[in-house]
Amino acid sequence: MTALSGEFGAYLALVLVGFLPNEVWRWLAVIFSRGLGEDAEILIWVRAVATAILAGVIAKLTIFAPGVLATVPTPVRLGAVLIGFLAFSLMRRSVFAGVLAGEAALILGALLFA
Amino acid sequence: MSTFGAFRAGFMATWTSVFTYVLLGNYLGIGAISHDFGFSITWTLVATVLVWAGPAQVILVSTLGAGASLFEVAVAVGLSGVRLLPMVVSMLPMLKRPGARSWKLVLPAHFTAVSIWVEAVRLLPAVPREARIAFLNGLGTGYTVCATAATLAGYYLAARMPTLLSAALLFLTPLAFLMSTLRNARMLVDRLALGLGLIVGPLFAHWQIGLDLMWSGIAAGTAAYAVHRAREAMQ
Repeated sequence: MTALSGEFGAYLALVLVGFLPNEVWRWLAVIFSRGLGEDAEILIWVRAVATAILAGVIAKLTIFAPGVLATVPTPVRLGAVLIGFLAFSLMRRSVFAGVLAGEAALILGALLFA
Repeated sequence: MSTFGAFRAGFMATWTSVFTYVLLGNYLGIGAISHDFGFSITWTLVATVLVWAGPAQVILVSTLGAGASLFEVAVAVGLSGVRLLPMVVSMLPMLKRPGARSWKLVLPAHFTAVSIWVEAVRLLPAVPREARIAFLNGLGTGYTVCATAATLAGYYLAARMPTLLSAALLFLTPLAFLMSTLRNARMLVDRLALGLGLIVGPLFAHWQIGLDLMWSGIAAGTAAYAVHRAREAMQ
């Protein structure tokens, strides 16, 4: 494969397997929202599955960490998530406080235990 | 309020939103992941604008970068995108006017992702109904500008930073997703789905079940929904 077709292939892949499979849900939503109410029963199940998928992504990124994040020991990563969660809960469900505390815990933990 | 005025008001609302900073963190991390998996900077920036959903982009980059089959990548990205459906469906009625054309909702639908959904629900009620589409397009444009800048910064910072800082950058993604999902999960069924998914997701991956994200999501989500139904039936 030449560099050009390789580059073209990368953008084709982006549109076909990155953009379209994601965007199609937004298009479907435009169609569905014509008739479907905000509190339709099926949406509760769909949202539960979607939330669980997102949770799986979060847990996999933490446990099977990609790239250089893997250089931080697993117990430190798990502990940092826990500390972030505690800060989030204590600081009136502040996303900012949770992220900040989790990051501080990760950096401190890595310096102490790595 | 003129269309341009509403767009401008939405664009300016970006800078006072706490989610802008969460978004910056997320996309710094996404830029860094993209760099580590060996994608070009242009491809990475185009991906941010086109995909416009953090989890989908992380899945796209990490599965494509790890050499998964195109079919499997499409299925994983498509499944992560399912959660956009209820978000967009629940937001569009706030934008619509009677007799409004559906195609005008395609751009606001594209802009809808976790953070903008939360902010739209908070901000839209104060905006006159006829100005809401332009307002949301302004907000979405503001967020996209921030995210694109953050992707660019993350991509180059990942290459030049000490290992520990790069690791901290990558760690922003799971942290920010966890916190914003927790914040959105007001109903018991959502909290259960989140908790179960956190446990079942890595288990399915550990057992090397094919399409583990899809199956763990369906299993944990359906279990959470079953509890929700059982609880409602008892009341």
